[in-house]
Amino acid sequence: MSEGNMRLTLKVWRQSNENTAGSFENYQLEGISPDMSFLEMFDVLNEQLVEAKQDPVAFDHDCREGICGMCSMHINGQPHGPLQGVTTCQLHMRSFKDGDTIVVEPWRAGSFPVIKDLVVDRDAFDRIISAGGFVSVNTGNAQDANNLPVPKEAADDAFAAAACIGCGACVAACKNASAMLFVSAKISQLALLPQGQVERKIRAEKMVAQMDAEGFGACSNTQACSAECPKGITFDNIARMNREYLGAKLSSTNV
Amino acid sequence: MATSPRLDAKIPEGPLETKWSKYRSSVPLVNPANKRNLEVIVVGTGLAGASAAATLAELGYKVKAFCFQDSPRRAHSIAAQGGINAAKNYQNDGDSIYRLFYDTVKGGDYRSREANVHRLAEVSGNIIDQCVAQGVPFAREYGGLLSNRSFGGVQVQRTFYAAGQTGQQLLLGAYSGLQRQVGMGTIQMYNRHEMLDIVNIDGKCRGIIARNLITGELERHAGHAVLLCTGGYGNVFYLSTNAMGSNVTAAWKAHRRGAFFGNPCFTQIHPTCIPVSGEHQSKLTLMSESLRNDGRIWVPKKKDDNRPANAIPEDERDYYLERRYPAFGNLVPRDIASRAAKERCDAGYGVGSSKLAVYLDYSAAFQRYGMGEANKNNISNPSQEDVISWGKAVVKEKYGNLFDMYKQITGEDPYEVPMRIYPAVHYTMGGLWVDYNLMTTVPGLYALGEANFSDHGANRLGASALMQGLADGYFVIPYTIGSYLSNEIRTGKISTDHPEFIKVEAESKARIEKLMNIQGTTSPEMFHRRLGKIMWDKCGMARNAEGLSQAITEIRALREEFWRDVRVMGKVNEFNPELDKANRVADFIELGELMCIDALNRNESCGGHFREEYQSEEGEALRDDEDYRYVAAWQYKGTEDWELHKEELIYDNIKIAQRSYK
Repeated sequence: MSEGNMRLTLKVWRQSNENTAGSFENYQLEGISPDMSFLEMFDVLNEQLVEAKQDPVAFDHDCREGICGMCSMHINGQPHGPLQGVTTCQLHMRSFKDGDTIVVEPWRAGSFPVIKDLVVDRDAFDRIISAGGFVSVNTGNAQDANNLPVPKEAADDAFAAAACIGCGACVAACKNASAMLFVSAKISQLALLPQGQVERKIRAEKMVAQMDAEGFGACSNTQACSAECPKGITFDNIARMNREYLGAKLSSTNV
Repeated sequence: MATSPRLDAKIPEGPLETKWSKYRSSVPLVNPANKRNLEVIVVGTGLAGASAAATLAELGYKVKAFCFQDSPRRAHSIAAQGGINAAKNYQNDGDSIYRLFYDTVKGGDYRSREANVHRLAEVSGNIIDQCVAQGVPFAREYGGLLSNRSFGGVQVQRTFYAAGQTGQQLLLGAYSGLQRQVGMGTIQMYNRHEMLDIVNIDGKCRGIIARNLITGELERHAGHAVLLCTGGYGNVFYLSTNAMGSNVTAAWKAHRRGAFFGNPCFTQIHPTCIPVSGEHQSKLTLMSESLRNDGRIWVPKKKDDNRPANAIPEDERDYYLERRYPAFGNLVPRDIASRAAKERCDAGYGVGSSKLAVYLDYSAAFQRYGMGEANKNNISNPSQEDVISWGKAVVKEKYGNLFDMYKQITGEDPYEVPMRIYPAVHYTMGGLWVDYNLMTTVPGLYALGEANFSDHGANRLGASALMQGLADGYFVIPYTIGSYLSNEIRTGKISTDHPEFIKVEAESKARIEKLMNIQGTTSPEMFHRRLGKIMWDKCGMARNAEGLSQAITEIRALREEFWRDVRVMGKVNEFNPELDKANRVADFIELGELMCIDALNRNESCGGHFREEYQSEEGEALRDDEDYRYVAAWQYKGTEDWELHKEELIYDNIKIAQRSYK
């Protein structure tokens, strides 16, 4: 299946499970086409490993079109690799040169334990959403959609925040492994919309509390998160979250 | 033809417009105290599964939900781009419930069930209301009201959207509802779990066997009802717009245990996908149908024209959809647009290095939108350069993420050169046969969303998959499940120690061990590729009796070879994607055989099913309503052995005619 002529050296993190120590393994690849996606290059590697009766590299991936948020490789020190605004699955080998050595690691964060090789456990994100990342509206309760006009600007800003794919690159990029970009994106989306107003305070309190309980770090203020975010979630969401949280705490009736 | 006695669709009596409302007010209810004791298993967390799980939990049922991904938010509904239809008539352009119903039945080439489709159209408006209430950020106009656009096969603007990420926003809405219930303890969520089989006890579905994909352990889960919301089976073709993990295993195992499979050969080939670039390709990427709102599709008028697109003058371009179908132009339904592209490419007019592509061109849209901006801002005599750059800005706002994606994948800038597109497998209209209640032929086992066969006939219209998934989950199953569960209140807790659970679990275990022990020479991936090639070549956009017969022979041989020569690395009791894949490919091979058998049985062309022997002189699909106006529901009898049951389709409200978009 080789149809290109790129040769690569891969240094890939191998780890059997959460409880064993991992290490880097080196692999040589030939015949890589610049039109392949990064994950298709890994398909070639795994085919080669199966051929040699070795255990293929486990990695998370699903939609391969940059929207599901499942792929999660730390490539040459950057989450999702060298390009801006791109997930690993949308990174193509034309972004690399013949003869390159590429280092591939899983997301590194205490709150994202390694399951195997490049696969990590991101359940913490689901638990943060469960804590308050929703509007409490049961099915069947809604009024006619156009009874609630939303200024276009607010709708557009909310959409920009809602574009987060929950991949965790922000956490992986942050030296404190902070999840504030992820959490602030959801808090912002709902704080900007009229539908989110009723639970605005309690949402900020509960989501931040859950984020802390999961062991994510504090904001490092380096803005590495927004620089590495494949969906361009902006850093000002964190400022908004801080305002929301402070405002909520100042007038809180909760503990 | 008469409907098989095994296929009672349970369509309520009375006029079409009142069937659902009457049914809703008369369906048996379960009181809240009893709901707490009834457990419902939901497999799959896409639009259908997440919305069903959340809504049933809100009603008070105990819900267990399963997904194979690491989070329910990753289900492939997330990748739907263009939009969701609803008969709101916000544009005042003549839309109505009846029109949405009519468009859907016609678009499906008269192979769907009237009562189901009408119900779908009736609840479509509620979906938009519900999603907006959840905080789904749909696109809006400057007045703050919702914006709409057009999709194929339709002459009104009824599609609601959020840029090119509508599926993402709708799924995140449903996911937030689901996670809210998880937080309240009413849903138990099982991530990274794959359903391997269903368990039937005394003729009723009573639970599932699932595999924990992290530890490899098999688990038994009992429920008073099981909902399969597991999506379609387009990945049988290997290359499709589906996610890598999308698979047929849940539906297939249900089929083997008694659920009939409806119209398996009805596959949707989407006309606008990024063409295959080489052998390494692992999946195909869709370019949303919404792009056909503003883009124009063409090929050169001259055969084998190797000039770059921009060097081909206007009068040497063949806008073949506008030429052949002036009434709908570039917005003909998907099956028609796909076949027209194939026809041009087969005739030697294709473009790009593979010659298997046509152009989707935005230059006219840049010009039109640019002039619009100039008018809006009172600029007279703007320079052509300014007009184009303003036009590009407008297009960027509407479709920016799609243009970016195209550039990322192909390395070409679609703002400068026309996109190259080609049809690709996208959606499967076929699926588990269900009655009006969405129940399969196994009592207590339901199928929702793309996993069932019910609403789209032989061709689905754009922006209707999201509508159907959410309709089934939010507004249909919460009512219809009552008619079954109201009889289950005396059942009590179902024990997973029942001999059937033990037996089915042992069978799943034995199959896994068999797969691991073959230790042959070929990876599951390679078998999948080979299956995909057979399916695409012989059961793809065009099919004929000879090819289908060959395909059946080849697939049977492939199945035999698979079980002799597959090589699965790794161990059973660990995270092992190779084993997951092997399990899925084994089921795809069996499904592929049934799809070809179904396609061979259906001696007509309709919608996405195009049998070359049955076409009009102009190359349009030629239906045979006399002999094939039925749903083909296949009963599994054993290896290579199926029995066909027919459900006659009766059209009381629509006069069936040859579909025309001219």
